[in-house]
Amino acid sequence: METLAPTAEKAKIAVKDLNFYYGKFHALKGINLNIPENKVTAFIGPSGCGKSTLLRVFNRMFELYPEQRAEGQILLDGEDLLKSRKDVAILRAKVGMVFQKPTPFPMSIYDNIAFGVKLFENLGATDMDERVEWALRKAALWGEVRDKLRQQGASLSGGQQQRLCIARGIAIKPEVLLLDEPCSALDPISTGKIEELIVELKRDYTVAIVTHNMQQAARCSDYTAYMYLGDLIEFGSTEQIFFKPTRRETEDYITGRFG
Amino acid sequence: MNAVTIDPREKKFAHRKRVNQIAVGLSLAAMAFGLFWLAWILVETIRLGISGMVLATFTQMTPPPNEAGGLANAIYGSFLMVMLATLVGTPIGIMAGIYLAEYEPNGWLASVTRFVNDILLSAPSIVIGLFIYAVVVARFKTFSGWAGVLALALIVIPVVIRTTENMLQLVPTALREAAYALGTPKWKVILSITMKAARAGVITGVLLAVARIAGETAPLLFTALSNQFWTSNLGEPMASLPVTIFKFAMSPYENWQQLAWAGVFLITLAVLGLNILARVLSRHK
Repeated sequence: METLAPTAEKAKIAVKDLNFYYGKFHALKGINLNIPENKVTAFIGPSGCGKSTLLRVFNRMFELYPEQRAEGQILLDGEDLLKSRKDVAILRAKVGMVFQKPTPFPMSIYDNIAFGVKLFENLGATDMDERVEWALRKAALWGEVRDKLRQQGASLSGGQQQRLCIARGIAIKPEVLLLDEPCSALDPISTGKIEELIVELKRDYTVAIVTHNMQQAARCSDYTAYMYLGDLIEFGSTEQIFFKPTRRETEDYITGRFG
Repeated sequence: MNAVTIDPREKKFAHRKRVNQIAVGLSLAAMAFGLFWLAWILVETIRLGISGMVLATFTQMTPPPNEAGGLANAIYGSFLMVMLATLVGTPIGIMAGIYLAEYEPNGWLASVTRFVNDILLSAPSIVIGLFIYAVVVARFKTFSGWAGVLALALIVIPVVIRTTENMLQLVPTALREAAYALGTPKWKVILSITMKAARAGVITGVLLAVARIAGETAPLLFTALSNQFWTSNLGEPMASLPVTIFKFAMSPYENWQQLAWAGVFLITLAVLGLNILARVLSRHK
């Protein structure tokens, strides 16, 4: 496969010959790509192309379901995370994930953030307060919730809930953030805020985002991968994918002539 | 000359409206029918039972025929056995429900458990009473409060299993995945996230189970039997409201019948209270 892998960048995650199966269904077919450190990499493609599936391999989320199986290598900082003997919790602390629908836990805003931190660190009350504030500031939510930290997370608006989920992920200080269509349930204003946030986040984190919204990929990503029916069709800088795609299929999809 | 044309859409709409009115009418009639009996039962219970709401009913023991007395021992016995049966049955039911919903929802053990639980859920309570009679009462050669507790617990367990499983299934998968994505271990996901999200529903299930056993007569008839006297010893036969009502209501003695109505009033009130509490809880999630 002649996918252009960005070789100039340091790869945070390197995918090598990845095959993925839902039972007998072959969902990802020999994927090879490098996700560069401190950049935003977007995955686009029609529904069912495997982009969310790929994301869910990076934090071994698929292992929750016994009929799902991944073969190949995924190197996180050079270490194969699929073969790692370490507890999967350690991996998930390093590779955070935000889902399509906001998923506030049934507890206060404060506890939503503190919950994950407590899993890995024993912080005193002041340190925890600081961490919660830090995470909420990073997620551009602090100003809106500083006076109601004791309210239920579910009392926030959809966009605020999603930023709460991002803050929750950031609070445990991961290195990679996986965003699985984080804006698909949100209105344009909330979407705008989250997109700004994504661009902001790449200073500290490596971000991988799955999106159905091509403008979104164009606006906030550095690299874009186009996938179709379990294949990685083309991967390159966002500029190149959107303006000079080398593959016909990519061009058709981007220009809306797909299918 | 223009023929008067009726828009076929309007015709269709008029028809739909008529069908709707009939359906609403029938629903209202069904509701009125149900409410009528419920209201009648309540009115009759209050009319006949309210006179028994005197201090003696709560302080004196069940009397011999034609003597003054109360229901203190039966109220206490019911309270004690229902409470212990709930304490025994709830953890077992909740844990089994968690297993079914969270651990092996599609495994063979879960299918078997679900099937057996459904049978237990619909088993007539007299069968459970006789079962405990055979394995506990006959073996220890005495009716006892413990036997009553066991029989009632056996009724609580399937109700709690079913509601716990159903309530956990209502928790969205996304919420579980979000918790796992933070690196949360499974036991903690269940305890801190899914059970917490389902808490109101699970508590409602327990309350409904309590309401159910508070009025059960058959399982106690063969197990705890009854006792004329106050006892806290669960090794002895123990009085309960339903069995006392059963005995007193069937008797020809006027004062016993009076007390039976007082007992009916108390149980109805308790069950009504539990149901209202359950409703309030499930509304304020």
